[in-house]
Amino acid sequence: MKSKRMKLLALPYLVWMVGFIVIPLLLVCFYGFTDQSGSFTLENIAEILVRENYRPLCLALLLSAVSTAICFLAAFPLALILRSRKIGRGSFAAFLFILPMWMNSLLRILAWQTLLERKGVLNGILTALHLPGQRLINTPYAIILGMVYDFLPFMILPIYNTLSKIDDNTINAAYDLGASIPTTIFRVILPLSVPGIVSGVTMVFVPALTTFAISDILGGGKIFLIGNVIEQEFVLNSNWNLGSALSMVLMLFIILSMALLSRYDSGEGAMF
Amino acid sequence: MERALIDLKGITKLFDGEIILDELNLSIRENSFVTLLGPSGCGKTTTLRIIGGFERPDRGQVFFEGRDITDLPANKRQLNTVFQKYALFPHMNIFENIAFGLRIRKKSESYIRDKVRYALKLVNLVGYEKRSIDSLSGGQQQRIAIARAIVNEPRLLLLDEPLGALDLKLRQEMQYELIRLKNELGITFIYVTHDQEEALTMSDYVVVMNQGYIQQAGTPEQIYNEPENAFVADFIGDSNIVPGLMLEDRLVRIFGAVFPCVDSGFGRNRPVDVVIRPEDVEILEKEDPRAILHGVMSHSIFKGEMYEMECTTENGYEWLIHSTELHEVGTEVGLYVKPSNIQIMNKPASEDEEAIGVEE
Amino acid sequence: MKKGKKLLENSYLILVLLFLYAPILMLTALSFNASRSRVRFTGFSLRWYREMLSDPAVLLALRNTLLIALGSALFATLLGTMAAIALRSMRKLSRNLVLGITNVPMLNADIVTGISLMLCFIAFRISLGFQTILISHITLNLPYVILSVLPKLKKSSNVSFEAALDLGAGPVYAFFRVVLPDIMPGVLSGFLLAFTMSLDDFIITHFTRGAGINTISTLVYSELRRGIKPSMYALSTMIFAVVFLVLLFVNFAPAWFSGKEEKK
Repeated sequence: MKSKRMKLLALPYLVWMVGFIVIPLLLVCFYGFTDQSGSFTLENIAEILVRENYRPLCLALLLSAVSTAICFLAAFPLALILRSRKIGRGSFAAFLFILPMWMNSLLRILAWQTLLERKGVLNGILTALHLPGQRLINTPYAIILGMVYDFLPFMILPIYNTLSKIDDNTINAAYDLGASIPTTIFRVILPLSVPGIVSGVTMVFVPALTTFAISDILGGGKIFLIGNVIEQEFVLNSNWNLGSALSMVLMLFIILSMALLSRYDSGEGAMF
Repeated sequence: MERALIDLKGITKLFDGEIILDELNLSIRENSFVTLLGPSGCGKTTTLRIIGGFERPDRGQVFFEGRDITDLPANKRQLNTVFQKYALFPHMNIFENIAFGLRIRKKSESYIRDKVRYALKLVNLVGYEKRSIDSLSGGQQQRIAIARAIVNEPRLLLLDEPLGALDLKLRQEMQYELIRLKNELGITFIYVTHDQEEALTMSDYVVVMNQGYIQQAGTPEQIYNEPENAFVADFIGDSNIVPGLMLEDRLVRIFGAVFPCVDSGFGRNRPVDVVIRPEDVEILEKEDPRAILHGVMSHSIFKGEMYEMECTTENGYEWLIHSTELHEVGTEVGLYVKPSNIQIMNKPASEDEEAIGVEE
Repeated sequence: MKKGKKLLENSYLILVLLFLYAPILMLTALSFNASRSRVRFTGFSLRWYREMLSDPAVLLALRNTLLIALGSALFATLLGTMAAIALRSMRKLSRNLVLGITNVPMLNADIVTGISLMLCFIAFRISLGFQTILISHITLNLPYVILSVLPKLKKSSNVSFEAALDLGAGPVYAFFRVVLPDIMPGVLSGFLLAFTMSLDDFIITHFTRGAGINTISTLVYSELRRGIKPSMYALSTMIFAVVFLVLLFVNFAPAWFSGKEEKK
């Protein structure tokens, strides 16, 4: 009886969940499978095969995959160093790495625009060193940089959390058994940090794949990712059916990537 | 005399400015079972970690068969460690855990399979190759940790409180296993524990440590029967530690009564500490002429193999006595101690040596 | 050799920090710039700070951002904590189903969440504005609250609650005196996480705000084409400074006051 009353506590949330998670997603599916008049069609889904739609999708997949890889390559050594320095979760050094997340991310990306511009700070430094100026802004590389910049803390945090849970003696045991430092990293530390890596990869890959703001600001409106296409369908063209259909395709890729990752995950999230 | 396998010379280690080990010297013979014994924080684990290569001493050197290995990293040392909480690799099955060191040494697959099977046989876990670490009990994990170390045929095995997490019965079983393993393999063992019984049962040589110093080193019999100071006497089993006055050779006065003893060389009228083990105090009839002290039985508890009793003598001291014979509380008795059972110790010379105060 | 390794490690840490802070330093510098130029620093001035404080659009956006962040975090914390407690007494199957759906707004792309909510509001004829942003942010925040509270609940479990009932406490009294203090760290971190998520959200707000209302993020975005007013730099620098000080205080004040406890 007591537990029945306990369950009643969930009622408001369940109503909320159905109203604002389940129904909205069903609506996306409804719009995706219908045309303007409301009758069933697969035409909008098939639109992904059109060049203007699949190219941004492929580019988004490529750029987000590269950004995720760079984030991992940058975050893992960083987390290792932080761990070896015995820097605790509450320490000032660890704090420094998550602090940037509290400045408006759009503005921070915008600052990169200023840094990368043709007459911007970076090119200024290059000129001062008598090196040829580079076209940095409005290239896919600028977008990758923006993605890496915006989402790097989301890779650092979960990896660092799992690394700091590994017992020192587990690592010492590997050295004790004759393993060199690289061997220990690849055979012991890396496999043990897989849950954190999986969390980090998800938390970087999904927002990078679906962003439209970063490509807008650093791509100069010339480089279109799938996020830009969907945003335009809704905001400019008001074609909700096509926008929903493309969103469904996007979700399919998200689900696919998670299914792929879940094979390595032991089930416990590393974020909390 | 066999040669020394490990030589520690003047080892000093500080943590945050606090001295953990102070000018420690220790020599360990090949093929011995050496135990570093002491309360937590005495520096025994730090000593082990310095030998293992996980800590660098701030001063001093570590020699392995006469070769200075102070700066040699852990992965280049010819020794292996069994860690406190086993430190098995949770992402590998048992076979891979044990095979880890052999794979590092690039042994052939068939060699590895034979060695792993042999190691599992040694620790009585044949057929567990494919099991995961989580599926094992604490005792089984401990055996795997030992198997993982000895499969590499180290010259020296370091064991850091390996039985600490096990329950009493399992611990006693594992103690015999370890002694058997040592004899079968002919490896030198250095074993760290805070359990004095474990130390006395298993080792050929016990090093009692406290506050970064070696208090006494010797065979278990020497440590138990002839403690060199009050700390050792108190730490190794129950004992009565009382102040005494050495009147002359082989004669000591305790609480006004004069006891014949076997120690000499302390000089005349020298204050000393006297250690008498509870099982060495004999309870006699009040009128027995052999009685040296007189008192009243004040406490008695049945402990199974014996009675643990206390007898308060005229000066108010409560003597701890172990005996198979019960003497009812309230009876007046006489006490006697054989001369050979009286152990005379110098009073601690410095504060450092006096690790724990002698309670009365 | 050891020294070289340490030097390498330190340079790496500094390099990453430089990468993370370069745009922030840039924005801070620009907020004190005398001219409007985004490339040249022409002199120190507080002009943009003054302009910010007298610009009703900026102040309104700030007000909206804070109100929505605070309101959505509070409501999500209340609803989420209740849900987390109830989830514990559910059967495994239904609990996993609920948890699975709960995770969706966190794992799904923000753009899809934003679009789906927009479609939902329009379908139910809820006019887009402050209230729809609030509802969307609550939806976004809920999984963070629930996932912060749940692990703490597992630890305290039913035992202390039942012990309190056994000692004669009523269920409500037992909840507030026994269960809540136990899970408080989880509730607090859930609240802070929710607040932060809401504060920095752009994409979901973008789709659910309708015309005529702005948060800081959407204001920045709408100014992108026309050119950003440097007063936005001033605003974000100020917010960053406040957050920095608050976090610094929350994280380290206890340690400072109680001496150097965290030495090891």
